[in-house]
Amino acid sequence: MSAAHTALHDSPGVPAPDVGSPASGRARGLAVLSGGLTTALGAVGVALGLSVIFGAPRHLRIGWLLPLVGVTFDLGPLGGFFVAATGAVSIAVGIYVVGYAQREHWVRFSLAMLPLFVAAMLLVPAAGSVTTFLLAWELMAAASLVLVLTEHHRGEVRSAGGFYAVMTQLGFAAILLALVVLSAAGRGDAFATIAAHSGGISTGTRTAVFLLTLMGFGSKAGLLPLHAWLPRAHPEAPSPVSALMSAAMVNMGIYGIIRIDVQILGPGPHWWGLTLMIFGALSAVFGVLQASVATDLKRLLAYSTTENMGLITLALGAATLLSSYGAHQVAALAMTAALLLILSHSAFKTLAFLAAGSVLAATGLRDLDKLGGLARRMPGTTVMFGIAALGASGLPLGAGFVGEWLLLQSLIHSPHDNNTLLALTMPLSVGAVALTTGLGIAAMVKAFGVGFLARPRSAAASAAREAPATMMTGMAIAAAACAVFALAPVLLSPVLRQVLAAVPTVGGAAAGPVLGAYLRLPGLAGSMSPGLIAAALLIAVLIALGLARWGGRRRPASAVAPLWACGADSLSPRMQYTATSFAEPLQRVFDNVLQPDTDVEVTHFAESQYLIEKVTYRTLLADPVEQRLYLPVVRAVTTWAQWVRRAHPGSVHLYLAYGALGLLIVLVIAR
Amino acid sequence: MNATTELAGLAATTLQVLAVVAGAPLIVGGMRQVRARLEGRAGGGIGQPWRDLRKQLRKQAITPAGTTVVFGFAPAVVAGSTLLIAAILPLIALGSPLDSAADLFGVVGLLFLGTVALTLAGLDTGTAFGGMGSSREITIAALVEPTILLAVFALSVPGHSANLAAIVSATAEHPGQLVSPGSLLAFVALAIVIIAETGRLPVDNPSTHLELTMIHEAMVLEYAGPRLALVEWASGMRLTVLLGLMANLFLPWGIAGAHPSVLAILIGLVAITVKVAVLAGVLAAGEVFIAKLRYFRIPELLAGSFLLALLAVTASYFFATATN
Repeated sequence: MSAAHTALHDSPGVPAPDVGSPASGRARGLAVLSGGLTTALGAVGVALGLSVIFGAPRHLRIGWLLPLVGVTFDLGPLGGFFVAATGAVSIAVGIYVVGYAQREHWVRFSLAMLPLFVAAMLLVPAAGSVTTFLLAWELMAAASLVLVLTEHHRGEVRSAGGFYAVMTQLGFAAILLALVVLSAAGRGDAFATIAAHSGGISTGTRTAVFLLTLMGFGSKAGLLPLHAWLPRAHPEAPSPVSALMSAAMVNMGIYGIIRIDVQILGPGPHWWGLTLMIFGALSAVFGVLQASVATDLKRLLAYSTTENMGLITLALGAATLLSSYGAHQVAALAMTAALLLILSHSAFKTLAFLAAGSVLAATGLRDLDKLGGLARRMPGTTVMFGIAALGASGLPLGAGFVGEWLLLQSLIHSPHDNNTLLALTMPLSVGAVALTTGLGIAAMVKAFGVGFLARPRSAAASAAREAPATMMTGMAIAAAACAVFALAPVLLSPVLRQVLAAVPTVGGAAAGPVLGAYLRLPGLAGSMSPGLIAAALLIAVLIALGLARWGGRRRPASAVAPLWACGADSLSPRMQYTATSFAEPLQRVFDNVLQPDTDVEVTHFAESQYLIEKVTYRTLLADPVEQRLYLPVVRAVTTWAQWVRRAHPGSVHLYLAYGALGLLIVLVIAR
Repeated sequence: MNATTELAGLAATTLQVLAVVAGAPLIVGGMRQVRARLEGRAGGGIGQPWRDLRKQLRKQAITPAGTTVVFGFAPAVVAGSTLLIAAILPLIALGSPLDSAADLFGVVGLLFLGTVALTLAGLDTGTAFGGMGSSREITIAALVEPTILLAVFALSVPGHSANLAAIVSATAEHPGQLVSPGSLLAFVALAIVIIAETGRLPVDNPSTHLELTMIHEAMVLEYAGPRLALVEWASGMRLTVLLGLMANLFLPWGIAGAHPSVLAILIGLVAITVKVAVLAGVLAAGEVFIAKLRYFRIPELLAGSFLLALLAVTASYFFATATN
């Protein structure tokens, strides 16, 4: 943390000179270098990932890099899946950042850190031993922290960075402890050795490792209640970094859970799957509820990440729970849903954060209450955000639909003969998923409708200009990925099949769903064809347009007319619904959960108390989990630190006495 | 399956889409007529919505200043998604060529796609009324979705599938399941959400003239002429297909099989027309006796229906366990 700060202060905080000067030429060169390197790393990641998914696993050992243990890489299909996903996100972000870094005048240090962050993320799933894994994990955490602090001259960024630093290090401590215990019990440092000896690990150790990894990896994935860093760090980080963090880094938390708890120790007792499902469902519902009332565009997207990670964890939990009951067919279905949701979330969240970044670069605004009317000023970005929002809302034609459909199918097809636990869990999970989808639609309609449609609510929004070509290209790549997930999931079928086979602890030898032109579930009744629905919908819309032309020849030419203003002259943009007012009914309905702090202040005229001079409305939506759980802990730590502080008042005599006392105690014990 | 039977399935599907297109305004007209008679008025007659549509379609197309393509295309998306739902559902016959392309989850998704298109159009106008209507509509939609999906779940337990033909034929083969607690609870839950989703009393009043109390009508306030015709037509079709869905989910008699003969198709058409007309009549008659709920009381109603749906699933699970 302190090292990052000193390093950042060395770099110039002032904006780079204007376009045209030699310095700006150099800035462009550096941006191209950084973006090009990021894209190249991403391409290598995709190639490497696909090669191990379809080919033989790769091993690499560099003995001299770390004393005693060395660095071991061991990339199998599961790791390859995450490497490929991270690589794909990096390709889009790398191209995007060329334009973005120039518009936002990124300092050299951040440009240098970006490829390093991507490299660290590619190394995490490739790590073949506990030491290498921890090293890569910490490298990833440190690089992302430095990137979050890019705009460190703003106070909110520093505060978010501090929050993130503490939480990521606490998570790291939990993972460290878990992996050390695991490697001691598994008699080895390499994951392969541990997996070979996993049968001999005692139940107590397994439980400890499961709980600790759930905590550590869960905090990285943004699961409740360890999600608090996410809605702080993601909005304050520069948007390409938010995209990398939200679409690639949080996946590493899921990777850790799958690798350690499912692949090596899985499927575990029934309560493991149940715990994962409970935390997943809570995160999904809480995340989407916060997203639906958020007014900061990037904060909304960050909470939507918590929501999606919750859904993925729910699917993962369902897969392990069903596996532990021997329902391999349905478990394979749930696992495929989890894998597909990871990929589709990466695609639409990359796109959403990149589009939010181009709005931020064009207007300097993240507040939906001040945005609006961007559809006319930035049509390209509007279309891109629309594709991302459709994907995030889980509707047909959107990227998230197929994954959610598979998840729902696995929940409704779970066997329930004489099993009270499954008979209670599965309906409740369907309820949670359905509530999540419903509120997710509301959140995304708000983000797109209020932010991009209607009329501009501020001068900055009405003066927005479209993003440059490199940024549009980066977004277009992510949009193309979204289209594949929405319309032709058949392209992903071989990848998912191979990865599913690499995790035999869930699903066993059962084949996953067939993602052809029709999605079919082997052994279960149910099918769906997203491509056919899209084609049929297109035809149906054309028919509807044709019906509306009936009698069109006798119709007068169409005209533009002013909006209905109840007979008044004209409407001002201030009369529109804002994001706050749009979400107000939901805020009221979920009053008990959200606990908003609302204040209405009415000022009367001095002459008469029947005439109102002005009404002030103020509402503050703090994260209730943060208020209830984090504040007491922070307060306790502060109080405790105050006590400890009394012990070192600065007196050298006292410190000498401590030294002598310490030495005496050591001597007495050592004797 | 040979070409003739496939052709028969296709013919039945085409016929049911045409029947929905032509019949939806008549259903709306019939409901208005029932209300009018019960309230002691003469009413405009069953054909009045058709006459209104013809009038609207001949009018000049008006684009409100400052709106984008979202506003222009939303009516077509709503109408198109409803037409597609009409083609998927087993209304006249079971063998829709699209049945395996979209199950009940897909149908619910398409329904919400239409809702989202209209809410975006309401926001696109940039007026207070548009935003107000959109905000209210999306809040109700967000709360309706969990209930619909849970009711789907409850109904898919006996047939072991969420595909509509499987659900309907499972009910037709084992009519005893209809009186099971799970099925009855799902029926009530689904009835409440269909009322909410189509904007009928007590959730929304489709014939209100006061903007402040509107939900659906506030959202589409800026539409005029041919686009308004499309919106009205689509909302009539949504009501019709949802009533038809409910009729066949719980009373599947008369529906033609997967490979129907001409006679079976005609019987299916008559059966679904009678069922939808009766349901619509009951709904309209019920509306005479109730007032619109306050907006913030609606979530209580929807929470109640959610609870019923949850009980339905649990009941159908334990019921299935008991018989198997």
